[in-house]
Amino acid sequence: MDMYTITRQFADSWMLLFLFAFFVSTILWVFRPGSTKEYRDTASSIFRNEDAPAHDDTEEART
Amino acid sequence: MSNYLKLAVLGVLTLFAAVAANYARDLAYMVHAIIIMIVAGGLFLYTLRKTDEPVAAVAAPTGYMDDVVRYGVVATAFWGVVGFLVGTFIAFQLAFPALNFEWAQGMANFGRLRPLHTSAVIFAFGGNALIATSFYIVQRTSATRLFGGNAAWFVFWGYNLFIILAATGYLLGATQSKEYAEPEWYVDWWLTIVWVVYLVVFMGTIFKRKEKHIYVANWFFLSFIVTVAMLHIVNNLSIPVSIWGSKSVQVFAGVQDAMTQWWYGHNAVGFFLTSGFLGMMYYFIPKQAERPVYSYKLSIIHFWALIFIYIWAGPHHLHYTALPDWASTLGMVFSVVLWMPSWGGMINGLMTLSGAWDKLRTDPVIRMMVISVGFYGMSTFEGPMMSIRAVNSLSHYTDWTIGHVHSGALGWNGMITFGALYFLVPKLWNKERLYSLTLVSWHFWLATIGIILYAASMWVTGIMEGLMWREVDANGFLVNSFADTVAAKFPMYVARGLGGVMFLTGAIIMCYNLWMTVAKAPAKAEASAAVPAE
Repeated sequence: MDMYTITRQFADSWMLLFLFAFFVSTILWVFRPGSTKEYRDTASSIFRNEDAPAHDDTEEART
Repeated sequence: MSNYLKLAVLGVLTLFAAVAANYARDLAYMVHAIIIMIVAGGLFLYTLRKTDEPVAAVAAPTGYMDDVVRYGVVATAFWGVVGFLVGTFIAFQLAFPALNFEWAQGMANFGRLRPLHTSAVIFAFGGNALIATSFYIVQRTSATRLFGGNAAWFVFWGYNLFIILAATGYLLGATQSKEYAEPEWYVDWWLTIVWVVYLVVFMGTIFKRKEKHIYVANWFFLSFIVTVAMLHIVNNLSIPVSIWGSKSVQVFAGVQDAMTQWWYGHNAVGFFLTSGFLGMMYYFIPKQAERPVYSYKLSIIHFWALIFIYIWAGPHHLHYTALPDWASTLGMVFSVVLWMPSWGGMINGLMTLSGAWDKLRTDPVIRMMVISVGFYGMSTFEGPMMSIRAVNSLSHYTDWTIGHVHSGALGWNGMITFGALYFLVPKLWNKERLYSLTLVSWHFWLATIGIILYAASMWVTGIMEGLMWREVDANGFLVNSFADTVAAKFPMYVARGLGGVMFLTGAIIMCYNLWMTVAKAPAKAEASAAVPAE
């Protein structure tokens, strides 16, 4: 078989399956238990450290 | 020591550019060689004067690196006005062909100015806005200074040198005839270098972040940088005819070349004009509304859905061509699917204001951001509809396409960038507020009415010319000649030009307002004075 047919068959089968599975997994991952609390914190990260970087001595940039 | 290396590289580059200017086979290449010679020679002298001089010990800067963002903001405003001005001028050139002046033939006629306009607004205005806002946002959301020190300056100046080379090249006729990828081979190589450094600066900042999670805006910016690098390299695979000339030959030919071009072209829309600007939306709208984004989960789904689907939509630019039917059907289906994540993102942006809708009444900046998201929703509905083969048979090659592009570019990209500039300037220059909110309102209404005039006139003229082209009489002969459609479009072309004048006027008012904010608005009086501005 020539290169085109081989790559095309791969694209139509395993790669398609992999991409689809990856995509569905990301959506399931978003709804994992405990995500709401974490995302609430992340979403408000834009309201921290407005004027200056976080200090090195704090473990995380929470103010 | 590194100065000696710099001197060697700059010296060789200056010499090479001088030789290239001498051997140049065409005018564009010669002008570019002279520009490069002057820039490299100037940098050589600048570096030489600093070499082996005693260096004053300065503490390593610790605050946010905002001076490069300030330069980016100025460049954005400047290139915006240039791009809108050229656009308005070529709109009137279409209405009044006499504006293709005889004395400027071959330089300033529509065909030469049109790529200047598209690149000025997309790459100069949009690109500088993306670089500036991404540098601003990635520092704040990572709680750390930009990675790589002066590399950020290299990105800013290198990118603007790319724009100068591209713009002068168009006027002098150096083009590889690929829409939105017109610059010739050496300009493409230069942009590749700049872009890789941009990626390193951005990724480096994310790597040394002090926040645990990477905020969603950074995901959008990162996908924009990575994908544009990939698109740019693949679409610009070409072999120069001579090292002393600007002409190059594409590696792909025929329908493969067309497909590569529109894979690039549509993803330039998807990742340059959508993904990057969504990064702005996910930062500036919550900031201006002073409440976190409506649903962070939705924003992550928005991100993954967008990048999984957008990349396949390109073939819808090639309906009814030599491209196989399965490919254009694939592009069409993915374009229609793309409608959903786009509207998910729009809803997410709009609903961020829930509980704060009253701000729309008092804050013209957030009004600007909200209408930009509205236009995002409108053009991401119009686009999938136009990609359907039956609709495309009417809309393709007509001005409807131009109207669609501008409702997206002026409405979505333009308005969100204006909102970002209004947000950034008081922050970056440490001012309490903008100089005048009344002027922001003027800008808002001029821009909005301008876009509506533009889009509506292009709908009318596009559908009209599409119908006129396909009209046949009882014997099967075409009723209208092409010139008939051109004559019929005249009133709409004038209306479109007037829309452009209003949009341009709004942008000039914005520049005045931002200038006066820096010059006259009261300084912010608070404890943050302890942090030196950098």
